[in-house]
Amino acid sequence: MVLICILINFPKQLPLKIHLGKINWEHTLYRPELNLGKFTLNKNVDLKYGLDLAGGSSLLFDIDTSKIPSGGLSNALESLKSNIERRINLFGVSETSVQINKQQDKYRLQIDLPGVENINDAIKLIGTTAQLNFYGVIDDTLFAQATSSAEFQKSIKDTGLNGSHLIQSSVQINSNNSQPEVSLDFNEEGTKLFAQATKEYLNKRITILLDNQVLTAPTVNSIITEGKASISGSFDSKSAKELAVQLNAGALPLPISIIQQSQVGATLGQDSLNKGILAGLVGLALVALFMIANYGKVGLIADVGLVIYALITLTLYRLIPVTLTFPGIVGFILSIGMAVDSNILIFERLKEETRLGKDWNMALETAFGRAWDSIKDANTCTIITGFILFNPFNWSFLSTSGMIRGFAVTLILGIFVGIFTGVFVTRNLLRVFAREKLSVKSKN
Amino acid sequence: MNIMKLRPVFLVISSILLGIFLFSIIKWQFKPSIDFTGGTLWELNIPDYSKEKIDQVFSKNNLELKSVNSTGTNQYLLKFSDITPDKKNELIKSIKESFPKYSELKFETLGATLGKELFQKTLAAIILSSIFLFLFIGRRFRDLSFGVGAILAMLHDTFILIGSFSLFGHFFGAELDALFVTALLTTLSSSVHDTVVTFDRIRELRRHSFQKDWVSLANQAVTETLVRSINNSMTIVFMLLALVLLGGSTTRWFATALLVGVICGTYSSTAVAIPLVLFFKKHSKKK
Repeated sequence: MVLICILINFPKQLPLKIHLGKINWEHTLYRPELNLGKFTLNKNVDLKYGLDLAGGSSLLFDIDTSKIPSGGLSNALESLKSNIERRINLFGVSETSVQINKQQDKYRLQIDLPGVENINDAIKLIGTTAQLNFYGVIDDTLFAQATSSAEFQKSIKDTGLNGSHLIQSSVQINSNNSQPEVSLDFNEEGTKLFAQATKEYLNKRITILLDNQVLTAPTVNSIITEGKASISGSFDSKSAKELAVQLNAGALPLPISIIQQSQVGATLGQDSLNKGILAGLVGLALVALFMIANYGKVGLIADVGLVIYALITLTLYRLIPVTLTFPGIVGFILSIGMAVDSNILIFERLKEETRLGKDWNMALETAFGRAWDSIKDANTCTIITGFILFNPFNWSFLSTSGMIRGFAVTLILGIFVGIFTGVFVTRNLLRVFAREKLSVKSKN
Repeated sequence: MNIMKLRPVFLVISSILLGIFLFSIIKWQFKPSIDFTGGTLWELNIPDYSKEKIDQVFSKNNLELKSVNSTGTNQYLLKFSDITPDKKNELIKSIKESFPKYSELKFETLGATLGKELFQKTLAAIILSSIFLFLFIGRRFRDLSFGVGAILAMLHDTFILIGSFSLFGHFFGAELDALFVTALLTTLSSSVHDTVVTFDRIRELRRHSFQKDWVSLANQAVTETLVRSINNSMTIVFMLLALVLLGGSTTRWFATALLVGVICGTYSSTAVAIPLVLFFKKHSKKK
């Protein structure tokens, strides 16, 4: 019996410490690094909040796959994804998520940008496909003095090289003059074209146009065959970075178009979070009072079980980690209400059994045994529905919406933890309680 | 307690409720949210708000403003058709001109096709979970009367929840969105779960005492499970009520839907499912 108590003490202390660690973060910073035998816990245990609570932007794009032969599709999607990730990284946003979902025969690109409140900047960065073109300058004087676009077009000749031949563009610092410059890496075809162009325009100029604006027109000093080039000029580090981002934007393998955008300001998110926490606490207090009012001392034990339940659940959120959304908080709050259900089932049984004249210990064991069947049945339905809502296999005919998933995941977790605390923890607490009751009796 | 004596009362209550909601659904239908129809939601904080100026901004941009709701002090939720990022830039520009002190709280826009897609998906989810619940009930209760009773009680709850949102939609502007469907599915399962617990008790009692007739068995089972059933619902109701009253506007209707569902599920397991079983049993005996 004592052993079991020690066992149940373990899960109790684990969440307790972490919880304290979170609340009094400053002076308990060392606490999350718990040593439980061989199991060391030093994961980052901060709660992760969804966009609706933390604030940020979420974008959904349609991917146009019609121009890609089916064989090259998965490759193109993969490079689209890595391309976009790279662009977002240059934007300097952390904890972003880029996902490609298949919806029936269509592909969708889902991008979450926590903390980005200016959604239009983000869309511009991700969605606009800047056109990058390389032209050879054939008439230098006309190129410099062109007054109309027709004249300008006459002064240059297309090299066939453009943004789609670009694998990557990044910022580097020139080792000679420590000026930032933008480096270009071409793919196989691009390397050939670039070699050809540098040969053709050796000692002449090649101009690089971005969206038909002249970016730069460097003179070709040598034939470049390894497919690498750099654009130097009057860049500061910011403008070099911007150009690199734009050039990467020019290299999207598949056209995308925006179909959904949503954005939540951080203040609104914080407000929702506070309200959710307040509602949860008030609800919890009401339930706790209700249990004590109805079942007295036993109810108090159920309340202790409930607090343990809440702590374990919160710990799991941190460890898995579960991204907490507002519907997720609703799921959590709902599951607290449901977790009490197991206790109520057991206590009602307990009442009946003691009414039948059984002694307390016996009654306790029978009550748990009998109630277990009902608890199992009762929760099966909710778990079934929870799984359908969560859609773990990403079935395309079901929703993969973050809101619905957020709710489902906290609900399912809540039910499993609820069964554990309701049956296992409360039972052991009650056993201890019963033993004390007996020992008090025997002293008398 | 002879609760089964109240069967006619339950029948009247359920019929009135179903009647009201049927009327409401036919008369007022539903207000689908942009989740299903596509469109734009824009929540703004505007200290110097005036409806006229807002209207001006929208007519200047050739957009039809569908509705404006106040969601808090100086907070307004605007609804209109879905827009492109460029259009939004124009809109922001003209909002800035009219309301220099505005700030943006939330922005969401989605196309109509996406809405239609989500609608199909949620429908698929409802059908799929109904099938699973039917299977579960079928496996649990080989007895046809119990199975049909549980399923009809579930449909009863579903109808009341959907109907109540038609009513809420008409009077308080509640909308059907993806979260409503989530609440609906949760209601389905909690309705079945409550019924299962009560049915379990009837079967357990029957094993111990064969001589008793169905009505008194049902009475005893209900008496024994009613406290549990009500107490359990009370705890969930407390939680949800706290959310409805104190939680933010984002999930108010979601919590309300869950609340209606829970109350309904508790009521129907005693007042719909068991009377139905008794009705079937009586009917089959006569044959």
